[in-house]
Amino acid sequence: MTVYFTQDHEWIAVDGDTGTVGITDYAQGQLGDITFVELPSVGRTAAKGEAVCVVDSVKAASDVYSPVNGEVTDVNEALDGEPELVNTDAEKAGWLFRVKLSDPAELSSLMDKTAYDAFVASL
Amino acid sequence: MSDQDSDQVPDIEAADAVPLPLPLDAWHRAKGARMVEFAGYRMPVQYEGIKAEHLWTRESAGLFDVSHMGQLRVAGEGAVQALEALLPGDIAGLKPGRMRYSLLLDDEGGILDDLMVLNTGKDFAIVVNGATKWDDIGHLREHLPDEITLTHFDDQALLALQGPKAAAALARLGLTPLHDGGAPLTTLRFMQGDIYDWNGKRLGVSRSGYTGEDGFEISVHGDDAAALADALCDQPEVRPIGLGARDSLRLEAGLPLYGHDLDEETDPVSAGLAFAISKRRRTEGGFPGAERVLGLLASGASQRRVGLKLEGRMTAREGALVIAGDRLVGRVTSGGFSPSLDQPIAMAYVNRDLAEPGTALELDNRGRRLAATVVPMPFVPHRYHR
Repeated sequence: MTVYFTQDHEWIAVDGDTGTVGITDYAQGQLGDITFVELPSVGRTAAKGEAVCVVDSVKAASDVYSPVNGEVTDVNEALDGEPELVNTDAEKAGWLFRVKLSDPAELSSLMDKTAYDAFVASL
Repeated sequence: MSDQDSDQVPDIEAADAVPLPLPLDAWHRAKGARMVEFAGYRMPVQYEGIKAEHLWTRESAGLFDVSHMGQLRVAGEGAVQALEALLPGDIAGLKPGRMRYSLLLDDEGGILDDLMVLNTGKDFAIVVNGATKWDDIGHLREHLPDEITLTHFDDQALLALQGPKAAAALARLGLTPLHDGGAPLTTLRFMQGDIYDWNGKRLGVSRSGYTGEDGFEISVHGDDAAALADALCDQPEVRPIGLGARDSLRLEAGLPLYGHDLDEETDPVSAGLAFAISKRRRTEGGFPGAERVLGLLASGASQRRVGLKLEGRMTAREGALVIAGDRLVGRVTSGGFSPSLDQPIAMAYVNRDLAEPGTALELDNRGRRLAATVVPMPFVPHRYHR
């Protein structure tokens, strides 16, 4: 499984043609206490860069953009009762949704962990 | 992901200026604060997290740095009349050691700022909002008569100690009244203030704040601010609290925030601040916009500031539209998640026929419809030491 990152602070962990998407630990730290996550509907299509999800924190509401083109196949229902999972474990248990990639080749435009860490360090 | 909403952090006047550090800048960083730009200054938005800081303040005591606010003094013969020409409050009836909430109004009764004014016995100490202080100073200089002096204490820091354990924590610092016959700290009640000595340092203390809790606001010279902040945070009840929780606490307390819930387009009556128009001033008038404001008092304003509780968990933010059926009936001016109530709350201006508690409304929050009900404010009861 390979993990890619966007400049908007999403991560996508890819296994075959399925990607699991969340926000990065850096992003959750910036948002502060998360109070609510509005998850996308399973079955909807998601265009790369499209706002498909909202993460609401005590500070602000933030859109989460799909890192890739594809179809939403699953969402993290645990977040309905426990949105703070995004704070405590943003890059594992706090995942947001899964997407079936329509074009795995477009992953090459995303950053790897080293590049993302350097990007965050530059902010 | 990206922030879609303002963080309730206006960047007024600071867009092209480098944010200035306040006296406690290094102190906040050493405490692990995340610093943001606010009102032209670098300010701590949070330390351990907004929710934890919020709840700590409600159950114990929180220390807030509000040194960005403007600390002013109006002095001179005729200061009472000069202030009454600019504010709708009964300044003549404000006894020494007493403080009052008031409003700086323009000629149409629009709100230029909200402020606190304290009669020190020889002059008036005024605290205004940070983001508006330069405009306020300009307005005061323009309108105060020449024989009245206006002083801006920009070398003073301002700390707020707020919460049910604030009095116990502050008592341990052993402040003594600076003047003979001054009120011991323990006898201060809500909206009273005096000058105190602390280890040879002069502190202006009032029993006031903007969280809905008992507490104090302490004016201290910038050079002594870190020592005072350390002495307060050495008390087991006290933790430093950032701007984020300050905003959620004041929202729960139903207290309006200038630049969001109040501005030049809002008047005291629709803002629900008619209490700031003192009884004598209602009959005598003589304040800016008196004709319009007194007319609104008599006839009622077409819109009212109300509290809203939202269904579900999604918060509505400033700018969300208020809908009744298919009619646009108002706009949200502050919104957020209430840590104490564990649900989203908001303030909005709505048509007056829809301002009664219990009225069911809808909010259009970035294209999503949220159900909301008008509720009385404060959302969380005030616990002032009266």
